[in-house]
Amino acid sequence: MMSMLAEIPYWGSSIIRAVVITLVVLAPAGTTVYLYLFKMVSFMQSRLGPMEAGPFGSMQLFAELGKNVQKEDTVPGNADKLIFAMAPYVVLLSTFLLAAIIPFGPDATLVTFDSNPAMDGTGVFDGAGVFYALAVTSVSVVGVLMAGWASASKYSLLGGLRAAGQLIAYELPLVLAVVGVVIQAGTLSLQGIIFAQYEGEIFGMGAIGNPYILTQFVGFFIFMVAVQAELAQTPFDMPVAESELVAGYMTEYSGFRFLMFFIGEFASANIFAFLASVLFLGGWAVPPFVLEALDIGLDSNLMNFLGPLVMLTKMLLLTFVIYFVRFTYPRFREDQLQRFAWKFLIPLSLVNIAITAVLKVVF
Amino acid sequence: MSQLAMLAAETQEIATNFFFYTIAIVSVLSALKMVTTDNVVHSALWLLIVLASVAAVYVFLGAEFAAATQILVYIGAILVLLLFGVMLTRAQIGHEDDLNHPQPMQGLMVAVILFATMVYALADAFGTTRLDALSEQRVERTDAVADAIFSTYIVPFEAISVLLLAALIGAIVVARRD
Repeated sequence: MMSMLAEIPYWGSSIIRAVVITLVVLAPAGTTVYLYLFKMVSFMQSRLGPMEAGPFGSMQLFAELGKNVQKEDTVPGNADKLIFAMAPYVVLLSTFLLAAIIPFGPDATLVTFDSNPAMDGTGVFDGAGVFYALAVTSVSVVGVLMAGWASASKYSLLGGLRAAGQLIAYELPLVLAVVGVVIQAGTLSLQGIIFAQYEGEIFGMGAIGNPYILTQFVGFFIFMVAVQAELAQTPFDMPVAESELVAGYMTEYSGFRFLMFFIGEFASANIFAFLASVLFLGGWAVPPFVLEALDIGLDSNLMNFLGPLVMLTKMLLLTFVIYFVRFTYPRFREDQLQRFAWKFLIPLSLVNIAITAVLKVVF
Repeated sequence: MSQLAMLAAETQEIATNFFFYTIAIVSVLSALKMVTTDNVVHSALWLLIVLASVAAVYVFLGAEFAAATQILVYIGAILVLLLFGVMLTRAQIGHEDDLNHPQPMQGLMVAVILFATMVYALADAFGTTRLDALSEQRVERTDAVADAIFSTYIVPFEAISVLLLAALIGAIVVARRD
């Protein structure tokens, strides 16, 4: 992809990238936390939620931010202080590395691992975008384990181990669910997957393209379940089960470092929703019949401005599902949780891959 | 641009050279810390930095698929399993007495011999090979990697798969109690 930043010197474009990625991580996180975590759950529980700070409590997040920043940053006496201090950064690093790869338009990308289809003369997208995304999600486990170990607390260690066991178990179905999409699109590049969905046809009808939620619905189900578990959201919140483990690996954290874990958790929810909308809902593209009515192509400059809004809409839809499930279902037991991953999701995703591969060859 | 920086940068790609040597130094120092530190979890975390910097070097070589594999397999799976196992069994905070081997000189000797052999072999085989400057075209195509694995190198690939399967079954046999 020709980058919009091509004419700006490297240091300038680096600063722009740093600012934009901070926005991409923080702004949607604030939006979904206010909309869903504060307001939607309040209405589901027949209460109003925050109402005092700003109109309808919309400034509540800034109040929470202020509260957390001015809290004392306590470190337990026996803790391994350096590792304890670094753990939230590692968790947040994983979120930022994942956010960097998400495309928001034909040229509106921060980083792509794609080769340039126009330059290398093959005309097809190639690159390791999806693979990179799946790889960096696994980095957050290290941060969770660091936090659990360095806190010198039984609750933290048990929470960290539970979280790590869960993340290892659900990383596998997450990766395997994406393999179906990659087989169908024939590329590992995120932009390539978006274009493949836009140009795809279902039984010769291409009016809405072929968003893979229609053909890869099994993969979509596995992906969303695995995302819910990766985020340790209810019903998969055994690692932070407050009745047994206080707050799991976050028990000993307070103030700013707790805030970083909090941001990491909810920003990851958005970034995973972005990723799911790229893989299964067509990403920043709108259905072909809309663009045909406007008489523009998918790589027109207008999509660079429309794309982020489309992505935001799709992200809000998917995070709605994530939070709705979070506040609806009771918690899994630890053994149920592991059995569900190893004995149901992984075999199901393997079957999905086999069927997708066969159908890819047949059609 | 100082004269020194010009000399250091052989092809005048200052940024690439600067970051390559930074990452190389970080990687070597982390490897040294990994074997000398007196805490087993610290050791694992230094190993994390070594593995991550190797992934960064792959990115410099234009081999992004290999870099992502390095992160997914070595950091996401092996290192996490290592940390997990260590934390389940023995992972005290602070200094551990019996962690380092009592005879470091023998270890050092083996390491030096191994290093010398590898440097000689690599210099002998690829000493005069020069890669082109990193450009859009030189990035390794993922389908080229796939084609190489599943055609030219299919026999070694399958052999390694069977070997790993055998190791897996062996581990289960060793671990089961009955």
